[in-house]
This record gives sequence, C-alpha cells and structure tokens, in this order.
Amino acid sequence: MARSVTPKRKMVNTMAAWAVGLLIFFPILWTILTSFKTEAQAINDPPLFLFFDWTLENYSVVQERSDYMRFLWNSVILAGGSTLLGIIVAVPAAWSMAFVPSKRTKDILLWMLSTKMLPAVGVLYPIYLLFIQLGLLDTRAGLTIVLMLINLPIIVWMLYTYFREIPGEILEAARMDGAGLKEEILYVLTPMAIPGIASTVLLNFILAWNEAFWTLNLTAAKAAPLTAFIASYSSPEGLFYAKLSAASTMAIAPILVLGWFSQKQLVRGLTFGAVK
Amino acid sequence: MATKASRSAARLMMAPAVVLLLGWMLVPLIMTLWFSFTKYLPMRGDSIANGLDWVGFENYGRFVTSSSFWPSVQTTLIIVGGVLVITVVLGILLAILLDQPMWGQGVVRIFVIAPFFVMPTVSALVWKNMFMDPVNGLLAHIWKFFGATPVEWLSQASLPSLIMIVSWQWLPFATLILLTAIQSLDSEQLEAAEMDGAPVLKRFWYIVLPHLSRAVTIVILIQTIFLLSIFAEIFVTTGGAFGTKTLSYLIFQRVLESQNIGLGSAGGVYAIILANIVAIFLMRIVGKNLDA
Repeated sequence: MARSVTPKRKMVNTMAAWAVGLLIFFPILWTILTSFKTEAQAINDPPLFLFFDWTLENYSVVQERSDYMRFLWNSVILAGGSTLLGIIVAVPAAWSMAFVPSKRTKDILLWMLSTKMLPAVGVLYPIYLLFIQLGLLDTRAGLTIVLMLINLPIIVWMLYTYFREIPGEILEAARMDGAGLKEEILYVLTPMAIPGIASTVLLNFILAWNEAFWTLNLTAAKAAPLTAFIASYSSPEGLFYAKLSAASTMAIAPILVLGWFSQKQLVRGLTFGAVK
Repeated sequence: MATKASRSAARLMMAPAVVLLLGWMLVPLIMTLWFSFTKYLPMRGDSIANGLDWVGFENYGRFVTSSSFWPSVQTTLIIVGGVLVITVVLGILLAILLDQPMWGQGVVRIFVIAPFFVMPTVSALVWKNMFMDPVNGLLAHIWKFFGATPVEWLSQASLPSLIMIVSWQWLPFATLILLTAIQSLDSEQLEAAEMDGAPVLKRFWYIVLPHLSRAVTIVILIQTIFLLSIFAEIFVTTGGAFGTKTLSYLIFQRVLESQNIGLGSAGGVYAIILANIVAIFLMRIVGKNLDA
C-alpha cells in the first residue's frame, strides 16, 4: 500500500474508481431519489435527477396501505430470532471444535458446510408438508427455525475461525495465575470471543433478512417479512414507481447501514475462512 | 490439553448443532427420495395417509424426457455461466482499480459493495420496473433520447436482462473477495518486476493473475452453488416465462404450481446431485485450508 505514485496518477485512479463506484451504486441511489418524487415526477421524461419537489408522501401512503409495520416487525423477529437461536446452538459447538479438536472435527465442519449446499428447491415439498402437519405454515416460529437451520453452518464456521485465533497459551497463563474454570470462561475467553460473535451476528442477521426462497414459499399473510411485502408489488397497479421506491428504500436501508459495518466479516463468512 | 472429561464435554457441546443439522438434512432428503419413486398428485387425492403408489424410476425418466427439461438445463447453464464470466472478469478489474491509491477509497468501496445488501426481491423489482420497463424505465428514456426504439428487456432479451440483474447483485461479492486476495499480494514483487521493465499486461498476467487463481476458484464455486438456485429474481421478473425457466425454477413449478410431487421430487434429486458435484470441489479447497 505504501507505493508512491504521482498526484496525476492518483487523480486518474480516483476519477475512474468514483465513476465506476457511482455507476454500480446508481440503481440504489435512483431508488432512494425516486422515493421522494410524486408518481408523475417518477416517470417524467426526461428523468428528473435532483430538481423536483421533494415529498415524503410515498412513505406515509405505503405505511397506511399495506400495514408496512407488520412486515417490518416480522423481518426483525425472523432475522433476529433465527440469528439468536443460531448463536445459542453454535457457540458451544464452535467452541469445542476450536479448543478441543479431535480427529473428526474437520470432517464434521465439512459435513456441516455440505448441508448448506443442499438446493432448497430439492427439499421444498417435504418441508412444506411437514410445516402443514405441524401447523407451522405461515408462522414466525416455523420460519425462524428454518432460517436458523439454513444459516447454522455459516454461523458455526465463522465462530470456529474466530475462536481458533484465540491463543491457547493465554488459558494456560490464566490457570497458572490460579484462575478456575469459571474465571477462565468469564474473564479470559469471553472478552476475546465477543468481537467474533458480534461479527457473526451481524452477517447472519443480514443473510436472514434478505433470504427470499423460504420466506416467499412458507408464508402467506401473517408471518410474511419484507421480502414478501416487496414481492407483492410485482403486479403493477397504475402508477406505482414512487411507492415501490419508498417501500424498497425502507426495506433495504437498515441493512445497508449494517452492511457497511460488516464488509470485512462478509469475506470470512461467505468463503468459510478460505479467504481472509 | 484435552482430557477424557473435556472430550466428552466437547461432544455434548457439539451435539445440538450436529443433531439439528442432521435432522434438517436427512428428514427432507429421505422424503424427497421416497416421493421421487411414487405417483404423488395431491390434487387428485394422493396422500401419504392413503399410501402412495410405487412407480420405480418412472419420474426420473419423465423428468428428463419432458419438453421443458433440456431448455431449462440450457437456461441454467447460460445464466450461471454468464453471471460467472461477468462477475469474475469485472471483479478482477474492479479489485485492481480499488487497490490503487486514491482519494475516498472507503466511500467507493461502500458504493461497490452496496448491491450485495439489497434483498433479491427489491433488486429484481427495481430493475424490472424502474430500469427495464419498455415505457417508463430509465433505459427506455435513454434509448428514446438517442432516437432508438426502447427494448422490451424482460421479454425480448430476457436472459441477458436476468444475467445483468443477477450480476449486479453478485459483482460486489466477487470484487470484495478478489480485493482481499489482491491486498495480500506482496507489492515488492510487483515493484521489482516494474523496475525490470515488465510491461503492465505482463505483470498482470504473470504475477497478479496466478496469485488470484485460488480466490477466483473459490468465487466461482461459491457463486455457482448460490446461482444454481436463484429464485426470487425469476419469480418477480418473468415468473419463468420468456425462456427464463432454470432447472430449479422448473422443479419449483412442478412441485408447487402443478402439484406433481413425484415428478418434482425426481427433479429435486437431480438438482441435489448437481449441487453436490460442485460442492465436492469447493470442500476440497476449504478442507485443505483447514489443515494449514
């Protein structure tokens, strides 16, 4: 990174990178801008970029018409609940694999990874059927469990790669200083594990929030999260670009903010530690 | 460090995760396998309670001989291949660009990564309506501005449009991983080559690209697994019309829309086998990394 370059070259780099970056970001920017237009302005030809009458009307229309808060709440519960459950199940597992590894640890980890690769559509009907039998169809509880299970391999993996970086010597040092098992876990290991757990929570919350196969196929009205709410806009009715934009902006805004914090973890989480 | 007691404690700690995943994998898998060998049409009164008729490999044969099978395989290959080529090539170029010294690097990075965080239904709908709509879409405005006839993207050029949407979603992923890999490249090596007078292209071809090969492989494998089962993007844009029916979308239609569970399950088994072939390669790389 310490390469020295001429200011001219740095300028060229900067312009090129900003141009490309803005081009990639443009659809999101355009959606956000459109959400503040009236429906007529939204389809104006030539397109209006910044100079239009900014309005918040679409946001209130979307909320009134479609009970937006309920979908939002469902998204929060599903993403939050599945992540929390996943962490509770995964922390002990990842912990024991990282600190008491056996010959089979690697096989178990790889097997867990392989369950993530099972194509969802291949097991759609059995799950659908089980959900009907168990009365879980269109319930938050059912979907929370499914989302937990599909992300569990990633959670275990991420935690494992983080825990493995905690040096074992530190435990020995604590023991020499007379720390018991309780102190060891409470004062030595936990503080060192918290950052890894936090990163894992963040990434999996995002993945669960955006999941759009099971949330579309296993919900109808009651448990539907924002993914399904947005999908309900796929049959257009009159002028709806501004409202679609407002709904979309509300659905993606929280995740864009969280995502900004999780850039680094993304690589580790989604490559199963193969790229760091 | 590990004693006998801690070993059994470790097993106990692992048990919930292992049992849950084992159940999640085996129960539906066995059911799909079972259904795939039966005639199972719930709309015509077939149910597990009444017993399903065993038909052997009939569903497997019918699934591959149906007129929509080969087109769906072709569509799947075109979409997966198209997105892979675009995201890997552009991803490498972008990663190299983002690795250069510049002002506002952090902001540009956020711009580039952002599409990955947009939920699939949102990106599909925004692209479909606000960009690709033949009357009011932004692309139509641009086409008209240059005096051209607007394209009906999702019907006339359905596959390229879909590839474009999905590539937009996955380019950040490829870029981010390749950028991480590039940043681990020893810059002294590049500088030495530069001083020896190696031109840019040669430096790229003989130093950067070999260094990236592992990361590229990982990007290809992981994306392939996710791309084989893209759903929401097709569901809300074309609903499988205009030649955009992928293998997994075909299975979805067989199972939930026409409610032919036996046939759909046979298709599901094919999809599982296909995904596993890709997965084996990925697991080899990941497994090697675990030993290191």
